[in-house]
Amino acid sequence: MLIQELSRPGRRAFAQAPKDRPLLEGIPAALLRSGAAALPEVSEMQAVRHYTRLSQKNFSIDTQFYPLGSCTMKYNPRACNSLAMLPGLLARHPHAPATHSQGFMACMYELQEMLKDVTGMKSVSLVPAAGAQGEFAGVAMIRAYHDSRGDTARREIIVPDAAHGTNPATAVMCGYTVREIPTLDDGDVDVEALKQALGPQTAGIMLTNPSTVGVFERRITEIARLVHEAGGLLYYDGANLNAILGKVRPGDMGFDVIHMNLHKTFSTPHGGGGPGAGPVGVSQRLIPFLPVPMVGFDGHDYFWLTEKECPQTIGKLSAFAGNAGVLLRAYVYARMLGREGMVRVAEYATLNANYLAKRLADAGFELAYPRRRATHEFIITLKRQAKELGITAMDFAKRLLDHGYHAPTTYFPLLVPECFLVEPTETEAMDALDGFVEAMTKIQSEAENTPEVVKTAPHSLPVRRLDDVRAARELDLRWNQGS
Amino acid sequence: MPFIPHTEEDVRRMLEVIGVQRIDDLFDEIPPTLRAKALEAVPEGMSEMEVTALMQARAREDGQAACFIGAGAYDHHIPAAVWQIATRGEFYSAYTPYQAEASQGTLQLLYEYQSMMTALMAMDVSNASLYDGASGLAEAVLMAVRVNRKSKSRRILVPRSLNPAYRKTVHSIVRNQSIELVEVPFDAASGQVDMEALQSHAGQDFAALVIPQPNFFGVLEDVDVLTDFAHANGMLAIAVVNPLVMAVIKPPGEWGAAGADIACGEGQPLGAPLSSGGPYFGFMCCKQEMVRQMPGRIIGRTVDLEGKPGYALTLQAREQHIRRSKATSNICTNQGLLVTAATIHMALLGGEGLSRVAAACHANTAQLLAQLTAVDGVERVFDGPVFHEGVLRLTAPVADVLRSLAAHNVLGGFELAADYPELGSALLVCATELRTAGEIADYAAKLARIMAARTQAKCPVEPKFN
Repeated sequence: MLIQELSRPGRRAFAQAPKDRPLLEGIPAALLRSGAAALPEVSEMQAVRHYTRLSQKNFSIDTQFYPLGSCTMKYNPRACNSLAMLPGLLARHPHAPATHSQGFMACMYELQEMLKDVTGMKSVSLVPAAGAQGEFAGVAMIRAYHDSRGDTARREIIVPDAAHGTNPATAVMCGYTVREIPTLDDGDVDVEALKQALGPQTAGIMLTNPSTVGVFERRITEIARLVHEAGGLLYYDGANLNAILGKVRPGDMGFDVIHMNLHKTFSTPHGGGGPGAGPVGVSQRLIPFLPVPMVGFDGHDYFWLTEKECPQTIGKLSAFAGNAGVLLRAYVYARMLGREGMVRVAEYATLNANYLAKRLADAGFELAYPRRRATHEFIITLKRQAKELGITAMDFAKRLLDHGYHAPTTYFPLLVPECFLVEPTETEAMDALDGFVEAMTKIQSEAENTPEVVKTAPHSLPVRRLDDVRAARELDLRWNQGS
Repeated sequence: MPFIPHTEEDVRRMLEVIGVQRIDDLFDEIPPTLRAKALEAVPEGMSEMEVTALMQARAREDGQAACFIGAGAYDHHIPAAVWQIATRGEFYSAYTPYQAEASQGTLQLLYEYQSMMTALMAMDVSNASLYDGASGLAEAVLMAVRVNRKSKSRRILVPRSLNPAYRKTVHSIVRNQSIELVEVPFDAASGQVDMEALQSHAGQDFAALVIPQPNFFGVLEDVDVLTDFAHANGMLAIAVVNPLVMAVIKPPGEWGAAGADIACGEGQPLGAPLSSGGPYFGFMCCKQEMVRQMPGRIIGRTVDLEGKPGYALTLQAREQHIRRSKATSNICTNQGLLVTAATIHMALLGGEGLSRVAAACHANTAQLLAQLTAVDGVERVFDGPVFHEGVLRLTAPVADVLRSLAAHNVLGGFELAADYPELGSALLVCATELRTAGEIADYAAKLARIMAARTQAKCPVEPKFN
């Protein structure tokens, strides 16, 4: 039942609004709303019960193993939430003067410094609101850099075919055209194809390393040299930073600009689809172009760096300074981990992924890159099951839900057929991984013996398999009274 | 090890299964020359107890002054239930609902949200959020350029009275696609869009006209006239509104003869704390026929294989993970948890509750404006009707006055000089429903003292801290 269907005229959560309604003085009648907005009319307890029940229809990290590849669904420490929601921090207005903001600004400055260190970049701006906005900032800086040198013939961004969809979409938003290059059978970028693609039209390349196929790009130093020799810049998509945190730094690999997904690597919550935070870090030559505002420190006071201090900035990306509350959560997480904890993140994420990959391979599942070391994630392909048993990766995914596991990322990257991209993260214990292998083995056996059970899964969730085609064809995007 | 559950025995067993000696062997594909040295700028780890003490000290340091700043972020009461439920782990720690059957809680909630926003805005459809009001407007501008195929100019009319942070943000986001923002001045007397200046663009090729309600000065625009002007001249009408204000002021879907085409804005007044400017959420609604050009996630109701109703992400062929370089936007992660809070917030307040809050803000701001303009050297700048925010001109430099007020724990407003030098020493003030009569009177009294001291001393007021 929808909250709208619980509504009864005249019912209200009386404690939640002012006791009376002052007259709207001084406003011409033509500008007023004619009738009240048709929002639900429910009691406070009804709303609380309704949304508590809805929450129980979700899988989440707090309730399930959630090995969603490329999303780094690790435990979100509760202290990060409670400390970011201290009353003094929640009440701070974004335009509060710096004199009344030193505590908050200290956190932001120190986060900038820590992120610089752990990525090997020269300067960091925290403002992008999510990974995709960080990508936008990064590519916009690449463009601003070329433009500032009068180098305006560079119109093309190179993207590997395995890249996240946000990469090509971002390049287009920045006014560039996209050239895709293939991935080799061993998962590395095809360097020969890259050489062919590079030229005076190249503005830059967008890479994820470890790549979206879950392996470390071994020829990264050579790639960086080739791109730089062609006059292009290198963009690092930080989606997979968890795999190398404290082990290898994008700055040392030769990247000019990177974004970090704090809602992945720094464990801020995914919130059912956000908010995230996508800070950007840059090499020396891109510093002037960083998005504003940033926090500066003169040894005594923290102060804002705005368009005034940074005249070449690509500008503002949101009305204020980005998702401050998310940044505070990441700050608390980083302080709890400390320098020794950051390195452990990469180590145990990698240990878990390699263990799970080996166990699944031993159980008969096919690894997409069996001769490569897994990073923090790996791919299995279910093409054999699809061909021989008619059971697809989607069927496996839906059946996993019945077993109490969130499915791995399915059908991404697009170049591996019937694939699962599996990322267990460092916060799962060995027992949880063993349980997942057991569930996969059971489903394999079902696929062989009782395939209908798998094809029609899930069976034990609030709904059975949903009709996506109908959702798109017969659009029903809001509740209509009486419908 | 914080947040890592492995015992020594686990590690030994796992390495044995993998067939390596040490964890470090798992990094053997990384060229040795690239391996990082020890981190320097990251301090040693802290326990939860230690980091709690640190954060409490910092939160205390920033104090809690009485806030009369609005300028795009508003201090409202948020029912306790809103964030207690929104931070339940099942909402807080879930991801984008790609596996619909395992995400019916989030998906149904988003469908309810879309239903509430379309009701509040009187629009046909809503998406499931964008980052914030300013970047949401940038997306609306890009959408308008895609939708308005008759317009070839890639030019957009943007009033100077639109929040300057929005104008800057839109510029940073759309300029690389050679979209030009053309400024429309405001009338110096009323603070509304200068109709004469706007009329001079009649018959010219623009993709859209942006219409703020209220505008940055708190002034209410004549939205019917502006919307009809846009449509008569082949432009789309993009409404940028405060959603709380729409509980009592005519919503975008009812503007002019045909209604606004796209409505967007900052969702913060619906349950998001001030929190230094974010996370908030951008909302976006549009007419049904434009839905395939809308950016961001959209939830649809459908049925499962037994015919039971359920909810799923829909129209995904617009999005980057399917369409890649041809997507309507690069947006992926949005502001889901803020929308969760906003949905619960709207359910708890309802249409009546929201309208009471809006009316209380309006009444408080009227009180504030009346008391502050009673101070010598303080006057209203515009005579147009205002809603829950207003502009004052001071005979003293605003920066000095604000510093003195802040030293006395009053955050007195937003200084307009940097963005609107033509207004002179001007200040934007706001009093939400949370500001008490006592706080308002206290502000007026302190302002009176500061203004009087200035007149007597005829020298800058020295800030006094601590």
